[in-house]
Amino acid sequence: MNDIAGPETVVASPRPSAAWPGYAFVLWIALPLFLLGLAATWLVVSDPLRAFNNGAPPVERLTFERRILDNSGIHLFVRAGGSEPLTIAQVQVDDAYWTFTQDPPGDLGRLATAWIHIPFPWTLGEAHEVRVVTKLGTTFDHEIPVAVRTPEAQSGQLVPQAVLGAFVGIVPVAIGLMFYPTLRGVGSQGMSFLLALTIGLLAFLFVDALEDALELAGEAAAAFQGHVMVVLAALVSFLLLWAIGRRRGAPTGLALATYISLGIGLHNLGEGLAIGAAFTAGAAGLGIFLVLGFTLHNITEGIGIAAPLVKEPPPPSAFVWLALLAGAPAILGMWLGSLAYSPQWAALALAVGAGAILQVIVEVGAYLRRLDERWKTASVPVSVIGGLVVGLSLMYATAVLVKV
Amino acid sequence: MRNWLRETVNRRHLLWGSLATASGSLLGGMAATGQSPHAGHGSAPPYEANAAGRHSAHGNMITVGDVGRARNGFDPTALLTDWDTGVTSSLPDGRTLRTFEIIGEDKEIEIAPGVFFPAWTYNGRVPGPNLRVTEGDRVHIVFRNHASHRHSIHFHGIHSARMDGLPGAGEVGAGETFIYEFDAFPFGCHLYHCHSLPLKRHIHKGMYGAFVIDPDPARHPEQAEVARSRLLGTPENREWQEFVMVMNAFDTNFDGENEVYAVNTVAHHYAKHPITVIRGKPVRVYLVNVVEFDPINSLHLHGNFFDYYDHGTTLTPTLRTIDTVMQCQAQRGILEFTYREHETGLYMFHAHQSEFTELGWMGMFNVVEAAA
Repeated sequence: MNDIAGPETVVASPRPSAAWPGYAFVLWIALPLFLLGLAATWLVVSDPLRAFNNGAPPVERLTFERRILDNSGIHLFVRAGGSEPLTIAQVQVDDAYWTFTQDPPGDLGRLATAWIHIPFPWTLGEAHEVRVVTKLGTTFDHEIPVAVRTPEAQSGQLVPQAVLGAFVGIVPVAIGLMFYPTLRGVGSQGMSFLLALTIGLLAFLFVDALEDALELAGEAAAAFQGHVMVVLAALVSFLLLWAIGRRRGAPTGLALATYISLGIGLHNLGEGLAIGAAFTAGAAGLGIFLVLGFTLHNITEGIGIAAPLVKEPPPPSAFVWLALLAGAPAILGMWLGSLAYSPQWAALALAVGAGAILQVIVEVGAYLRRLDERWKTASVPVSVIGGLVVGLSLMYATAVLVKV
Repeated sequence: MRNWLRETVNRRHLLWGSLATASGSLLGGMAATGQSPHAGHGSAPPYEANAAGRHSAHGNMITVGDVGRARNGFDPTALLTDWDTGVTSSLPDGRTLRTFEIIGEDKEIEIAPGVFFPAWTYNGRVPGPNLRVTEGDRVHIVFRNHASHRHSIHFHGIHSARMDGLPGAGEVGAGETFIYEFDAFPFGCHLYHCHSLPLKRHIHKGMYGAFVIDPDPARHPEQAEVARSRLLGTPENREWQEFVMVMNAFDTNFDGENEVYAVNTVAHHYAKHPITVIRGKPVRVYLVNVVEFDPINSLHLHGNFFDYYDHGTTLTPTLRTIDTVMQCQAQRGILEFTYREHETGLYMFHAHQSEFTELGWMGMFNVVEAAA
């Protein structure tokens, strides 16, 4: 293929653009669009797809995006998909038909959403299963693994959420950054080790973020094409940040640390969304043990941010906003996640975070390569391999600690 | 990280209890307001959710809306009593010949408000017509299959192998006709259903119905009085209030489990439209179970007891003074009871498989004084 394509690409030389008159320019935009309209009209009017109609019922899809449990019962936010409008006919809770109201009422068109209100006396701490029966008798199930009152979105809840977000996001990064004076004492070997460790931890976060994003995308309505959206968002975020970061050459020092913070911050935003949503969904499982685990896990992130600063000390204030940039989005994410959450938005946030992390992996790698003379002999320094392994292992080991 | 959360929210996880306590104390300590996520449960319990419906017997545990007669072309309330006794003529030997016409057709029916089921039907209704003959009658059933598949009518009764309604013995291809002929024996409460293959699908798609053979008093001189009360049209029989109840169910998503349970097809119909019973008149229920996928079904009567005639083939009860009876698929029987000594009011009946009850198999008798 390449052999054939090669010569052609060589032959094709850039042609000077002809100066077209204005009407021709408009014409060549309007004509294809006009043809598209014509084709669409013909398709609708003549309905050639009739020949394919084999009597099969239309495809129905229903996605559950939010759930609220309160005094008045169970409330579910659903989104329809599929080939034709969907009609919710009945609702079962735990294999029993239950009265319900739909808001807004009526058929649900493609991607249309509605709240389903069920006056069901749910039992604290026990599991329930909601089943929606459509007009065609198709059923869609939604599991409530642990029924817990949904925390109400009020200022009283925002404070404890912020405290939790700070524990998960800001505190560990700040503690990690406090290793900075110790890091300053390392030699060039140590520097390579530190940067490689940063790459290792970022690689862990990248995989983690992408995995979560893809999984959340799977929960979203099919029309969002979740998996494609995740890959696309990660790619766009990577390219954008890469282009911005390279405006004044490859970033080093404080600039590089800032990008690392940004990447980690975006990742924490996605995590915060998920945690906030889990809170709303009644995930009371966030014990002290788990929160401490998160904190421990994220300390490595602070060390990673500090690594590029070893050779180029920034003003002390920089440490404060670096910690905030990396950690505070966790708080923001928790608030947003508990107030308005849909799997596709959390997936999007995590995908953007994954792209940002990929960008800093590339930039830290480039920095590391410039820093270490030994790359030129084509050998891989032991300190780099050691740093990568330690970085990955540290993240993995602390994850094991909190994995329940 | 998200995965950790999900793992911990699973109810089946033993750690949940301890972690929940931990989180409560953690957040309680952290929050300025000192509120844990569980705070407020004491003041307003979630059980309040069902309070709105407490005035009625079923509360909010019921389907929403109602199935009109117009959509289905049949009304479960009318199905209780609309006997089809066929076209009668006399044979040379003096016996009665009863001829029935049954048409097999595909029809979408509404089995719960707003839920439609692509049924296979006899005469466009589920259950099919309530056939009623007298012991010893000659019976001709002209079955015209206008449906898309091969079908048959397999009667539970005494007949020859040729009339059995199996593939090769009275199974009817689409567009074809077959006449089933047999003498009506034994008397009792029976049923008929399609016996084409696959059997499960042909039954649960809706091809079944009640088939009652009344005892001929002349053949049971020692119990002629009882037999006359069972024989449709006699003065003794008119003293009774008779209802046909075919317990059925529908697997709307074809996963081998039923989404809707009912008596005479429409979920909760008799809960929303109680069956009127005159207090002074005894009640006789011809109960048939055709539920597919579940091994057994049952009927439980509230506030009362009944005598039960299994298969209806005896004139003395096979079970006396019971309030719950169990039937496997195709089992059937006759229930006899009275509200003569009761207050008027609504008396519930339902399957005592609570799951079936909650999925639609529940109804009410509205016991009233006789109209003046």
